[in-house]
Amino acid sequence: MARIIVVTSGKGGVGKTTTSAAISMGLAKKGHKTVVIDFDVGLRNLDLIMGCERRVVYDIINVINGEASLNQALIRDKNCNLLSILPASQTRNKDALTQEGVGKILEELAKDFKYIVCDSPAGIEQGAHLAMYFADDAFVVTNPEVSSVRDSDRMLGLLSSKSRRAERGEEPIKEYLLLSRYSPERVKSGEMLSLDDVQEILSLHLLGVIPESKSVLTSSNSGMPVILDEKSDAGQAYADIVARYLGENKPHRFIDDKSGFFRKLFGGK
Amino acid sequence: MTINAQSKSHSSPAVEFKSSTFSVPVLSLASNDLVLIEQSLSEKVKLAPEFFKHSPVIIDLSEVNKKQLVIDFGNLVTSVRKADLFVIGVRGGTEQQHQDAIDLGIPVNTSQSNVEAKPENTKNSKSIKAPADDEVSENESTTVMITKPIRSGQRVYSHGDLIVLAQVGAGAEILAEGNIHVYGSLRGRALAGVQGNTEARIFCSDLQAELISIAGNYKISDDIQGAISNTPIQIYLQKNTLVIKPIV
Repeated sequence: MARIIVVTSGKGGVGKTTTSAAISMGLAKKGHKTVVIDFDVGLRNLDLIMGCERRVVYDIINVINGEASLNQALIRDKNCNLLSILPASQTRNKDALTQEGVGKILEELAKDFKYIVCDSPAGIEQGAHLAMYFADDAFVVTNPEVSSVRDSDRMLGLLSSKSRRAERGEEPIKEYLLLSRYSPERVKSGEMLSLDDVQEILSLHLLGVIPESKSVLTSSNSGMPVILDEKSDAGQAYADIVARYLGENKPHRFIDDKSGFFRKLFGGK
Repeated sequence: MTINAQSKSHSSPAVEFKSSTFSVPVLSLASNDLVLIEQSLSEKVKLAPEFFKHSPVIIDLSEVNKKQLVIDFGNLVTSVRKADLFVIGVRGGTEQQHQDAIDLGIPVNTSQSNVEAKPENTKNSKSIKAPADDEVSENESTTVMITKPIRSGQRVYSHGDLIVLAQVGAGAEILAEGNIHVYGSLRGRALAGVQGNTEARIFCSDLQAELISIAGNYKISDDIQGAISNTPIQIYLQKNTLVIKPIV
């Protein structure tokens, strides 16, 4: 049985695409056949971060419209052959996505892949709705900041009422919290919401905290998912998250200032 | 997740009657001075402009009529309209006032015992009020229990009491015709006694609400500041004023 994971947040710029790229790579590296789908039609970014923008020929809209087969549109990742990417279209808008079309694609992918990661666009419109509609698990990416937390709360409401599982009265979508761009120093100085502040509002199962890290930007710009940078703290955080999702017991890191002290001491990045 | 009006429809291709309940503020008049009424209305509206914007109201004339003050219904409607409120009903008026209302296309509400109302008027008002009444009596004792967090943007309605065992997020709205109990943090809006039950109460263990209301009497978060959060409290109505009190 394939598992469909939606990476969502409501708010833009919190790290959905970075997370989608990292966890899909992580799952594939752990030996699971994984596909990651970019639902941000009109603003496709995922292929840039995955470093495969030059190999995009067909996209998800072509597949929905029957202009290309799924196999023609899927791009095999060059770092890991268990990972495939289904890019979004740059030239269409989100209304080109249909529930029927997306459902068909997911059904077909489910025959072949173990995990299907859906990179949701920001907002709560059609693209975001279809990205989460068929999901089994939801990774809610939140920044420690009030508007992001509020939007995540709204998104969680939609997950529990507007998804296929909710409409069919099945077991609800499993929701996980990924707190990204976290900086313990700034929490300490009161500039940023703490993990406890965020959890007080969202009360979700925490899958992991991703520290604010320079390596995220450098990885994105070079088209390598940050999880491949095993030395970086953000890369390690994503590796932990994938491991926890797969049921491994890993203690949480990057929450306290302590690690920052050692990092400085040993000059790590 | 809106738990709302169920339909009891006689299926028909073009139209369908659905029974549904609404919470509508009742404007009770204590004076017949139109200038004074306009003034106090605009002050009230300023307190919560978003809440009142284009809001429907029902005018209750029983107080003014008890005091035997004369008021022209047509002029009154014009005054209320100036405050950007829509009059969708009237109750407790004299025969003349009710006739004026009908002439203005405003239904007369007879849910309050009103002997003066003509049978014809009763029929008219039924179209708005009757289905709601039906449903209330049918579901009188229904208590809705919610065990999961109510998220921003969600609405929950109960025809009886409402018990929430989790938090109510900011931007969420919970409504009950009876009492409301919230055992998590209450950050959204909570409206108890929405059908006018002034005996309804709100109980919560951590009050951080955006708005609380009992039978249409409400307070917004600015007014409840200073009330203690993180302490079990109850909110009830005393002489038309909301009282917020710790549960000892």
